[in-house]
Amino acid sequence: MAGPLLTRHFGRPGRERIDAYLETGGYQAATTVLRDLAPDAVTEIVEAAGLRGRGGAGFPTARKWKLTPKREGEARYLVVNGDESEPGTFKDRTLIEQDPHQLLEGILIAAFANQVHRAYIYLRGEFFLGYERLSRALAEARARGYFGTNILGSGFDLEVVIHRGAGAYICGEETALLESLEGKRGFPRPKPPYYPAVKGLYSQPTVLNNVETLCHLSHIITLGPERYRAYGPPVLYSVSGHVVIPGVKELPIGTPCREIIFKHAGGLRPGRSVKALFPGGSSSAIITPEFLDTPADFEPLAKIGSMLGSSAIIVMDDTTCIPAVIRRTVEFYRDESCGKCTPCREGTIWLTQIFDRILSGEGRMEDLDLLDGIARNMTGTCFCLLGESVPPSLRASLKYFRAEYEHHIKTGTCDIRAAVEA
Amino acid sequence: MARALPPPVLEEIARLRGLYAQPRSALLPALHAAQEEIGYLTEDAMRDVGDALELPLSEVMSIATFYEMFHLERPGRHHVRICTNISCHLNGCEALLERLCGRLGIRPGETTADGRVTLEPVQCLAACEEAPVLLVDAERHARVTPVMVDELLARLT
Repeated sequence: MAGPLLTRHFGRPGRERIDAYLETGGYQAATTVLRDLAPDAVTEIVEAAGLRGRGGAGFPTARKWKLTPKREGEARYLVVNGDESEPGTFKDRTLIEQDPHQLLEGILIAAFANQVHRAYIYLRGEFFLGYERLSRALAEARARGYFGTNILGSGFDLEVVIHRGAGAYICGEETALLESLEGKRGFPRPKPPYYPAVKGLYSQPTVLNNVETLCHLSHIITLGPERYRAYGPPVLYSVSGHVVIPGVKELPIGTPCREIIFKHAGGLRPGRSVKALFPGGSSSAIITPEFLDTPADFEPLAKIGSMLGSSAIIVMDDTTCIPAVIRRTVEFYRDESCGKCTPCREGTIWLTQIFDRILSGEGRMEDLDLLDGIARNMTGTCFCLLGESVPPSLRASLKYFRAEYEHHIKTGTCDIRAAVEA
Repeated sequence: MARALPPPVLEEIARLRGLYAQPRSALLPALHAAQEEIGYLTEDAMRDVGDALELPLSEVMSIATFYEMFHLERPGRHHVRICTNISCHLNGCEALLERLCGRLGIRPGETTADGRVTLEPVQCLAACEEAPVLLVDAERHARVTPVMVDELLARLT
């Protein structure tokens, strides 16, 4: 592997300007696509590259594109999910801030492959810097003829609109995002029967891709599927928590968790050891040090009862109070629940009440069964993945750290915290 | 006839409306524009937005109350948002929140009596590599320490 692709120019001053991007071969892949390739040929290349969606679900990108009906004269949209809010995940924000043209070029390529003439970037409302940089980048690229009508003389038209969200985690869920983009409350839509590919924005066929997914496209075109795959294929891990060098780490998919943490994120502070980690954001089941050699990839993590998700690795060292962390995640889902379905709306409230009781020294032993029971009853019963994201980390914490919960209940204190504060 | 929003903002909302196949899609951007103009969303401002997008006030309010970034009451001149999610929790955001509350003499979610600062705990700001993180108005501050909190607050007038 010859160094990073997507993150190669991170940290370079002025990288967000179009001249800097063009100097390193920017927009050449899109130019090739628009001038020399047929739309279906682009999709075939992306399929051969094996690109899987980087929003969390890992659905093959080319298959999603092929599932989108392309009927003559019917409106079709490309919607970019830039509503990154999964706790622990920050790769998309970094891609937008550090290299906005890389994303725009990916949008141009995806729009051409799907013959879409209007794209909306749903950008998280709190991304003030990202909005500023992306807006400016789009204006510059448009002024140079990379967006608008008859792009590069190819006859292809594309307008891109940056649409700011306004603070709601649920809008990262793709159907809630579409509702929000239509000016409604971010309530998820039922699926099945209709997925956004078939019935998306304004009930029209809609290609919905994540920011990182699109950022891979120019590299796939430039390198070709085989050389691209030789890079791993690459994936962006967001590594944070108790590591010395947190950050976005671009590595071949399947790099073992241990290597990511100790070789690429600087390991832990002196004298500390790994207690647990979220391998795929707050929605993934926490895992313990015995699983550190697991490749950080979809199937291997699924096999040990967790998931790669958005590839956000949050590391917790031995000073961490696990029940306190899990309470924080449950509070998060409680606050962000849209309130549409009962298991999620009520379940998260009950769970936080029990956590508050345990952590304030008022816990009862039967609370542990109650926590597990509520979590089980939320599994498979929630309307969307928000509610379904609560049980994995909670149930894993009860499995691996039951003694810690019991200690809180029996003594009304947290030995971990006391040891840290001493 | 507009009640609260000046002509340039109404023109901007008309421009936003043209970017979408359905006028209602411009609701979030229009509310952002209105809030930037007057600092929060008054009933009259929401009526103006509704008129521009052919929506009743009730619909506009239903949206304004769903999304956390919209304020129906006047916030402070400065907005301090502190992330309290996992990575910031692991890196000491509780101490920062305590410091902020102590220095400002308010509880989380409140505005100082002089209208200077609104303090708001927020969800993960997708900047976990910089934990703990504060947003002071639109500017993000990384690896914040209690001493930095004092310095940042001193700059706000």
